[in-house]
Amino acid sequence: MKPLNGPAYHMLDPTAELAAERRARRAPPASLEGVTVGLMSISKERSREFFDTFENRLVARGLRTERFEKPTHTKPAPEALVQQMVERCAVVVIGLAD
Amino acid sequence: MKLVAVVKRECETCKLVEPVLAQIASRAPLSLYSQDDPNFPELLGGALDDTALERSWRLRIETVPTLIRFDGDNEVARIAGWDRSEWEKVAQQTGLGAGLPAFQPGCGSLTQDPGMPERLALAHGDLRLNSRRIEVADAEDAIEVAYDRGWSDGLPIVPPTPLRVAMMLSGTTRRPDEVIGLIPPNLSECTVEKAAANAVMAGCRPEYFPVVLAVIEAALDPRFSMHGLLATLYFSGPVIVVNGPITKRIGMNSQGNALGQGNRANATIGRALQLVIRNVGGGIPGGVDRAVFGNPGKYTFCFAEDESDPTWTPLSVARGFKPGVSTVTLFHGDGVQGISAGKSRTPEELSKSLAMGLASVCHPKLAEWSGAILVISPDHYAIFQQGGWGRPEIEAGLRKALRRPGRDLVQGAHGIGEGIDPSRAKDMVDKFSEGTLLVVRAGGRGGLMSAIIGGWAAMRKKTEVQPVTREIPT
Repeated sequence: MKPLNGPAYHMLDPTAELAAERRARRAPPASLEGVTVGLMSISKERSREFFDTFENRLVARGLRTERFEKPTHTKPAPEALVQQMVERCAVVVIGLAD
Repeated sequence: MKLVAVVKRECETCKLVEPVLAQIASRAPLSLYSQDDPNFPELLGGALDDTALERSWRLRIETVPTLIRFDGDNEVARIAGWDRSEWEKVAQQTGLGAGLPAFQPGCGSLTQDPGMPERLALAHGDLRLNSRRIEVADAEDAIEVAYDRGWSDGLPIVPPTPLRVAMMLSGTTRRPDEVIGLIPPNLSECTVEKAAANAVMAGCRPEYFPVVLAVIEAALDPRFSMHGLLATLYFSGPVIVVNGPITKRIGMNSQGNALGQGNRANATIGRALQLVIRNVGGGIPGGVDRAVFGNPGKYTFCFAEDESDPTWTPLSVARGFKPGVSTVTLFHGDGVQGISAGKSRTPEELSKSLAMGLASVCHPKLAEWSGAILVISPDHYAIFQQGGWGRPEIEAGLRKALRRPGRDLVQGAHGIGEGIDPSRAKDMVDKFSEGTLLVVRAGGRGGLMSAIIGGWAAMRKKTEVQPVTREIPT
């Protein structure tokens, strides 16, 4: 049978040639007692109201929260903001609304 | 002193100079190469075999016969084609080719055959491509391999062989390893070579490549927010409007069915951007692309503006570029909404009629929320033109017709929760913020209709999300 492409057919990889590294998800803390729960609004309309309500419920349960906000929902969060959350929070809730 | 000549059998001028070459060889050292048949020229007992064209490539032969004189390793004189007096100067001999015409043009060197410069540049190391080479086994179908590797948008791709990529790169003077920018969402470096590989896959011709590069650069302009456009739940994807003389040069369609199928440049330039986002940036539906519906334009959405009417100010000029400069304008658009307006006979009436269609973009009660492209057909434009309206009057007319009392638009008005902020109830509110309604002239004749391409809802953040126009360097 005649090969479809002839001998020694090569294609150039059109991708960024990055190997995806799969890292195991960090185990969630056994309890939220004593840790900081980050609440990051993505800055869409009514994100803040959504998190105000959500935060009240967490605080009522005696949990510690800290609020964060992306400058705009149209672009990714700045690296510095991500680092801040990593340093200060055990878990982070990212929220939309609309 | 050393002489080198390059000939081919399939050239009448090479045959003509056969006795001249014999004359020269009898008087001076001559290295004679044949590109197609080492038995030619018979009069000299054949020539050195250059059927692999390596020597011709190294000597940068464009025409045969070519005669070159070297002093040591340095070329000091060269003549292509037959010209007695020039040959005598180069060979430093007299009385060459008595009886031959004084002059006869040569023929194309085989090194100049289509695809051959790129083939030879690859073979002889003048063009280095850095992408990983993926071997396709004899029994495999390259197109299926591309599908399996996730490179396709769903349609078959043109396999990006090294030769095809090299030919695509011939469409630009930029170096293959030059980094164009970081492609979202993975922010991976996109080199000119990676752009070329994806343009090949999209089906582009090399002459489209400068447009593709400008499109990628425009998409990476922070004002365009390509990451957000990819990630949005909304329908939108990049829509490309091309202006200027390049549209004619590469045969883009700006007339009948301009927004539809059937034109290679329109189809493949838009697709190339999407493939770059997919393959270099890693942006795929279900991954960072969170579109609820998407739209068919996310395969490709690219067309040219019809600039054939001198009374019309093209989009690029309206956006600050000089007439005659080729540009790409990138907009965040969803599908096409047709608007049929056949009864209007005056500019005032037509602008109001078109405004009724535009008012529904995104939602009839949302204002200063998204943008839109209005593509005016030639027949609609004729009505404006006959009434003395050009671009400024049309834009002003649409703006006026689209301004509405805030009380009709606020949340809850008319029993509908969707709407603008209640604080605007007493204002007169524009449908579109300044600079977010792009008016373009395109399409075929015979229909009193125009096309609306709705914009992305995130354009309400007007400092963060804007259409971007970029010059295509020539």
